[in-house]
Amino acid sequence: MSSESSPSENADRPDRRPLIAFAWLWVGAPLCYGLYELVQKATQLFTG
Amino acid sequence: MAPPGWSRWLVPPAALSIHLSIGQAYAWSVFKPPLESALGLSGTQSALPFQLGIVMLGLSAAFGGTLVERNGPRWAMTVALVCFSSGLLIASLGAATEQYWLIVFGYGFVGGIGLGIGYISPVSTLIKWFPDRPGMATGIAIMGFGGGALIASPWSAQMLESFGSDSSGIALAFLVHGLSYAVFMTLGVLLVRVPRGDRPAGDGPSGPSALSGVQVSARSAVRTPQFWCLWIVLCMNVTAGIGILEKAAPMIKDFFADSSTPVSVSAAAGFVALLSAANMAGRIGWSSTSDLIGRKNIYRVYLGVGALMYASIAWFGDSSKPLFIICALVILSFYGGGFATIPAYLKDLFGTYQVGAIHGRLLTAWSTAGVLGPLIVNWIADRQEEAGKHGSALYGLSFSIMIGLLAVGFVANELVRPVHPRHHIPAPAPKEAVDVQREQSV
Repeated sequence: MSSESSPSENADRPDRRPLIAFAWLWVGAPLCYGLYELVQKATQLFTG
Repeated sequence: MAPPGWSRWLVPPAALSIHLSIGQAYAWSVFKPPLESALGLSGTQSALPFQLGIVMLGLSAAFGGTLVERNGPRWAMTVALVCFSSGLLIASLGAATEQYWLIVFGYGFVGGIGLGIGYISPVSTLIKWFPDRPGMATGIAIMGFGGGALIASPWSAQMLESFGSDSSGIALAFLVHGLSYAVFMTLGVLLVRVPRGDRPAGDGPSGPSALSGVQVSARSAVRTPQFWCLWIVLCMNVTAGIGILEKAAPMIKDFFADSSTPVSVSAAAGFVALLSAANMAGRIGWSSTSDLIGRKNIYRVYLGVGALMYASIAWFGDSSKPLFIICALVILSFYGGGFATIPAYLKDLFGTYQVGAIHGRLLTAWSTAGVLGPLIVNWIADRQEEAGKHGSALYGLSFSIMIGLLAVGFVANELVRPVHPRHHIPAPAPKEAVDVQREQSV
């Protein structure tokens, strides 16, 4: 169990935060584009 | 297999890269008008690639689930990438040579296999990485399937506008789609990891669920009443949602045609977009809520409150537009929530052992509902129109049937009990359990 691993063992492990940020940006950017287009269209319900 | 210290927060984007891509299937309608004019097709003919794709999704998810469990998520995501992208490339060749059968075969048959394998590929892995929040984890991935259409719809439309709507423009659009999705899905293939037998460092309260607790194989699961109760639950919930989703734009226009505030074409399009947003929000929102209140309770809400929403629409008719819109949004959020919560419900009942394969088999309920929902609403609306009815009266009977179907689903959910021990696989010793899991995932 990792909770039992030594501090030096944990220090050897690479920092995954940049990879996590990149991965979420990779999927988040196109999703934001889709949501933006969706909001544009949805507002027509109240203005159309 | 995840190396030590691999973060479980890398797995949801891996899953999303697959689901956001294959969700493009729901934006097929963008290609229909250009194909019809370029190749001289009827509306029915131009729908064939999508219809075959959905059939192949159901078949490959049902029959390929065991392979996905055996070979692991990276294999499954690679198959999904190759099939989905090469399907688009074959479709590109078909458009360039004006051979429509190649588009049907490429997008529908080859691409459809990618849809089915891709849809179930991350489910089991996500549940193993997030045993404390399986609803949230699968909700994120399955939300991606809805999100895929939101991205592809404007993107494909802009591409066709730039390249032209003749056969060479369509061919170029398919080519760019195929190559772009191949690159986009590669992230999933590279990042997905099966959890190790131990707990990931500093990454949540618990690690992967090794083979502990109740475990049922896919072969045994389909022989249990629980599987068929959930099949009915999913089928009824999806039917009720599709009933509105499939006919949303004409429905809101018909509903308020005789009222003092009729709905314009652009406002109806806005209503459809808002329903898509509710569908997506329900997938992540309700599925995450199920981690807190339990799977059976959340389906009580989907089915029980869903029936009340339909009853409210039927009862108040065209007297209140905001009420109609709110009720429709709630129903659609339950529709999305029902899809996203079912893998976690399966995990609760059958364990993580072959949950992906069981989920694949359960998706046949989706295929059935996909036929049932539109059939009920369209057939009844046509008959009512022939009988001289108009406005909200066109849909009254359909809504009553939907309430009945949701009631059937509610009863089926109430009948769900823990699986009888005779269906459980024998529990291995703790070390063996981890070894078995490792063998499965290599």
